[in-house]
Amino acid sequence: MTATTSPEPIVPAVGHEPANSGARPRDLALRRVLIVARSDIRQLLEDRGFWIPMVILGAIFFLVIPTILLFTITEIGDVTVVNQMSQTLKVLPKEAQAQVRGTSPEGRTSYALAVFLLAPVAVVVPLTISTAIGASTIVGERERGTGEFLAHSPAHVHEIYLGKLIASLLPGYLTTLVGFGTYSLIVNLFVGPEVGGWFFPTRQWWVLMLWVVPPFLALTLSIVLRLSAKVKSSAAAQQAAGLVTLPMIGIAYSQSTGALFGASASGFWIGLVAWLLASLGLTRGMRAVSRSRLLGVDDQV
Amino acid sequence: MSSTAPEARPVVQLVGVRRRFGDVDALAGLDLEVPENRITVLLGPNGAGKTTAIRMITGALEPHEGTVRSFGLDPAEHGEQVRLRCGVVSAKPALYDRLDGWANLAYAAELYGLGRGARVEATIRAAAARFGIDHALDQRVGGFSTGMKTRLALARSILHRPDLLLFDEPTSGLDPESSHAVLEMIREMTDDGRTVVMCTHLLLEAEGLADQVVVMEDGRDLVSGTPFELTQRYWPGTVVLVEAENPERFEVATGIAGVDRIEADPVPARRCLHVDGPESIAPVVSALVASGLRLTRVEPLTATLEDLYFAVRTKRAVADDGGRQLTAEKAASDLRQHPMASLTGWSRPTADGSTR
Repeated sequence: MTATTSPEPIVPAVGHEPANSGARPRDLALRRVLIVARSDIRQLLEDRGFWIPMVILGAIFFLVIPTILLFTITEIGDVTVVNQMSQTLKVLPKEAQAQVRGTSPEGRTSYALAVFLLAPVAVVVPLTISTAIGASTIVGERERGTGEFLAHSPAHVHEIYLGKLIASLLPGYLTTLVGFGTYSLIVNLFVGPEVGGWFFPTRQWWVLMLWVVPPFLALTLSIVLRLSAKVKSSAAAQQAAGLVTLPMIGIAYSQSTGALFGASASGFWIGLVAWLLASLGLTRGMRAVSRSRLLGVDDQV
Repeated sequence: MSSTAPEARPVVQLVGVRRRFGDVDALAGLDLEVPENRITVLLGPNGAGKTTAIRMITGALEPHEGTVRSFGLDPAEHGEQVRLRCGVVSAKPALYDRLDGWANLAYAAELYGLGRGARVEATIRAAAARFGIDHALDQRVGGFSTGMKTRLALARSILHRPDLLLFDEPTSGLDPESSHAVLEMIREMTDDGRTVVMCTHLLLEAEGLADQVVVMEDGRDLVSGTPFELTQRYWPGTVVLVEAENPERFEVATGIAGVDRIEADPVPARRCLHVDGPESIAPVVSALVASGLRLTRVEPLTATLEDLYFAVRTKRAVADDGGRQLTAEKAASDLRQHPMASLTGWSRPTADGSTR
């Protein structure tokens, strides 16, 4: 028994025009990406449970640890420790050793520590924060039921994906940039007097922060968001993201260190390869998000 | 309730739509037509496919078979245009608990292309005021009651002035007072020229609200039409329930002019009299009294949506069974539970045990 007996073809309804009928839908694409991102970030900021640990993590890596280490070397000047650390500098690549500045053991040790050995913090912090956010971003919508709202919204799934990618990437990266600024200040305050003035950030660090870290972050998030779209729960997403993030941190750590240790062009090439991989990852990741997955009814979920 | 005007054009048309989730057919050949500027109620038990049908209409899900047209467009291809003209309230309000009411509405307004600014703010305030939630816009939604969340979700659904409103069990979890208020608001929606599709498994909710009813089960439409049409189509005529102190004398009714049939009732002192029209009720009752029946109750029966619903479902069960498992006794037992179903004559057991 059906109700589909109307002989007339279906025609568009002639009720009042929708308020936005004049807008060309595709014009809204970038705007919608930013709308989704802004809303997600706003929700994160409303959640103390999110941003207080984020601030603490950034503070530990960019403020507390560098301050303690550099203060110990430059101000307390424990000769035994400094000499031991100075010896370890010999294991650095020749390109790196040639860059180490300072005449005193304290100066050279603190310089090497600040410029080369603490580099991984620039990778660990954003990856940790961003993957924690990204892991639950899509599955979280499903769990809270808000995926239904997004699925019925005019936003394209690619717009939703990119919005969520930005919302996951920005907190980690901005925390890192702020931490980087703080770290630069600490390095210049403690190490600067030992090497003849403020010197940090070095050119390699600029390349690292602006060219190498972002694509590693994007690449990692492309995988994490893909997982977030596919798994059944936030807990599963966090577990899976942890498995992905650890090797990614390892790779990013080694490549970042290489970018700093190597010749000036090495950072550029490492970054370029990372951007290419990130582009590939984002393209594939985009395909993983669908409205049925937002609804949690996908056959594969 | 009103019958659908013949000129009402279909805003939505689903033809033979199938959708599987794993091994389960969520929709198994659903046909559905939603006339413009009417309230269409999808009625059925949990798992009947009502929510999936709504998701098909907006293109949130795509069919594995069949065709879907909303506003004459295929949502799979023109999803954005379709969704811009739809406002959806899902069974769970789908609100962001960590944001306040205002931010939830502003987010939807932006996503639907309304932008920001004083004009949009006025729209948000007006929508919230319409559903009586404007006083709580500065509060976090996480602290809202279920009723407040539903009101906010309703306000969100009309921000962009959609032509088609899709409500999936909008009163679930609400107290009776709030439910009534929400249903009133939904009724008012069609006054603005909007088309409404509402899912519910609550028959009383649909009663009095629906311009068109589609009874669904197992992903299919069992029957559809206006309540008036359904009553005309399936209600057997004029039926009067009578109860007497001396029911053994009901046999006299067989000889009274205007009485077509006497039907037994599970209550021994009662009978259902099928008479040949409403105008015969008074003469028949007079004749019964004159014949010595001491009547204690006379109640002309009219079909409620609930009666029709159970009648339709009982008919379907018997038809699907083909009389193999659903024996006469079983059918009779079911009919005792839903006595109105028997009045349709669909599944009354016959002498040989088969069903009609």
